[in-house]
Amino acid sequence: MSESAPVPVPKRRRFFPYRLRLEPRLKEPPAWYPVVLSVGAIVVALVIGGLVIAVAGGNPFASYAHIAQASFGSIGVLSDTLVKATPILMTSLACSIAFRMKLWNIGAEGQFIMGAFGASAVVLVPLFPPETSAWVVLPTMMLAGILAGALWGLIPGLLKAKLNVNEIISTLMMNYIAVSWINYWIFAVWTEGGFQMSPVFPKNAWLPRLLDYADAVPFFRGLTTHAGLLMGILVAILLWLVIYRSRWGYEIRLIGDNPRAAEYAGINITRNTVLVMILSGALAGLGGMSEVAGTVHRLQTSPIAAGYGFTGIIVAWLSKLNPLVAILVSVLFGALLLAGREIQPSGIPKMIQGIILVCLIGSDFLMRYRLHIERIAEEA
Amino acid sequence: MDLLVVLQAGVGTGTVLLFATLGEILAERSGVMNLGVEGMMLIGAMSGYSVAIKTGNPWLGVIVAMIAAGLLSQIHAFIAITLHADQVVSGLALTFLGIGISLVLGDGLSKAGTVALLPTLSIPLLSQIPILGKIFFTDQSVLVYLGYLFIPIAWYFINYTRPGLHLRAVGEYPAAADALGINVFRMRYLYVFIGGLLAGLAGVTISLAIAPGWFSEMTTSGQGWIAVGLVIFAQWDPLRAALGSYTFGALRRLILDIQGPMTLFGFDNPFYYNPYWGFFLQMLPYAFTIVVLVIGSRDAMRKRLGAPAALGVPYIRGERGK
Repeated sequence: MSESAPVPVPKRRRFFPYRLRLEPRLKEPPAWYPVVLSVGAIVVALVIGGLVIAVAGGNPFASYAHIAQASFGSIGVLSDTLVKATPILMTSLACSIAFRMKLWNIGAEGQFIMGAFGASAVVLVPLFPPETSAWVVLPTMMLAGILAGALWGLIPGLLKAKLNVNEIISTLMMNYIAVSWINYWIFAVWTEGGFQMSPVFPKNAWLPRLLDYADAVPFFRGLTTHAGLLMGILVAILLWLVIYRSRWGYEIRLIGDNPRAAEYAGINITRNTVLVMILSGALAGLGGMSEVAGTVHRLQTSPIAAGYGFTGIIVAWLSKLNPLVAILVSVLFGALLLAGREIQPSGIPKMIQGIILVCLIGSDFLMRYRLHIERIAEEA
Repeated sequence: MDLLVVLQAGVGTGTVLLFATLGEILAERSGVMNLGVEGMMLIGAMSGYSVAIKTGNPWLGVIVAMIAAGLLSQIHAFIAITLHADQVVSGLALTFLGIGISLVLGDGLSKAGTVALLPTLSIPLLSQIPILGKIFFTDQSVLVYLGYLFIPIAWYFINYTRPGLHLRAVGEYPAAADALGINVFRMRYLYVFIGGLLAGLAGVTISLAIAPGWFSEMTTSGQGWIAVGLVIFAQWDPLRAALGSYTFGALRRLILDIQGPMTLFGFDNPFYYNPYWGFFLQMLPYAFTIVVLVIGSRDAMRKRLGAPAALGVPYIRGERGK
């Protein structure tokens, strides 16, 4: 018996005699698995975030309770949550379509800002006499927002397609340029009495809100949810159809999954790169329009360049690039942002978003591999 | 506006980019792309500044900043190297995480009072050289001189030493490196960590030397991303990285200083009389980064240079052709 025999050489003792063994998954995991995984990742993220809040001297339970209370506590704040969710939904859709092709458009923020600028320009130039119907003004604003956002996507798209310029960095740089660009217009041209904002838009440039119908439906009194949300949901459904039910969507998915196979199949990658960047920018631009026309009602830097483009990246990833799932996830993140305005320190929502994304990416791993923890036999 | 003074200050500003770019070059040479530079720099800037205020010792601040950013980088290393996740998304996540944590922990830091900064000094003899002495060796922060040392060291290390050869092997052909007995995983963790250390150093160079203070996200204002862009311009070469970094430093400085004087070269200074044109000046570093990317991509095509072959590809033992 080897156990009873004395061991001649000194044993190599292990501090931690276990080993993780990874096995690639051969079968598709069941349908509930990714959902459980994502929820698990969020729970882990919230625990980690709570620890950091505690380290920073806050009370994590109070913070989280406050977030829940301040975002879903009553019909009024729920409406505010939906208002916050609207721009996030649009930017996450913009990211979803680009990421689906493994085109890393990090510039939804800038495209969103430019969309807001384009829409505002229609009002502030002004393009129409003051008595023009909203039915003319709002569609023109949409078009201008879409065009401005699309332009901001087109530039890095062309650079990527023609000159192989890294789109991650170019789209990011375009974000900073967009902020300076609207700052110039706000400070130098459209300033209201020297303040860092444009005058408030006339009512014909406001997207209809629920409270506008409070006379007919008293329940809507004070609710600021606006038509942008409807727009976002509509676009999400359309985008889902495009990605999963159209030939073009198939091409995009194929390029994303296997660019070489796509090339052999005769799919024009250069053309699709430009097109997808234009569409991505246009969606973010439409989001910018919806934000100025639905919520802010003026061109002002801080509420527009508030990081919706970056939150959109996380939402897109969390919803596994599925536009319909993005609707739900956007609401959750809208809640986080809404409540985050009131809790101190003010960086907490940003931090939690970061931790959530880190945990999500970590958990993706479990989609592809099975973990086995096994004891390592003591080596002689 | 004295051009010499602008260039002198530009070298200081460029040192920030230099550290960050060198760190990212080392990480990418090992095959790991870490887009979290901006986040790591913010962590470095925040923790270094915070420690320097608490202890009164800026050197301690530098050390803590580097370690903090180094530790943060290991999250990316774990996700990218061990969990084989997409490095782009993981790097982005690291940026968000770094920004978020530094905002939470750095809350109230901007009003925390004055802090002892890192010393500046002039090098005897070298500072007497006409023009160059004034630009490079007069009244510069000690970190600037550290930067001068790092450039040749990094260049020599990567190109002419045995560990440097291993580093390149791991980034170009990890399977071959593995077959030679080089521990690919350990090497990648190590160089991502070194990249983190240098990003932290870059951050603390801002908050304790070049533009002292903590201004939340505005402390770095995208310089981490510019550094990632400069790596492509530099084609993963420390010497070109130095050229790019100092040029960008001078540009940033010029943008700040050009709006000051009433006359410029004997003419009315348009930037003085139209202060709002400053917003267009502010776009320049970012627009210039895109230009520099175009140059880098073109050089890569012409000279058949390019990224380390295994950049962004997780190494999985036993998989064919990786």
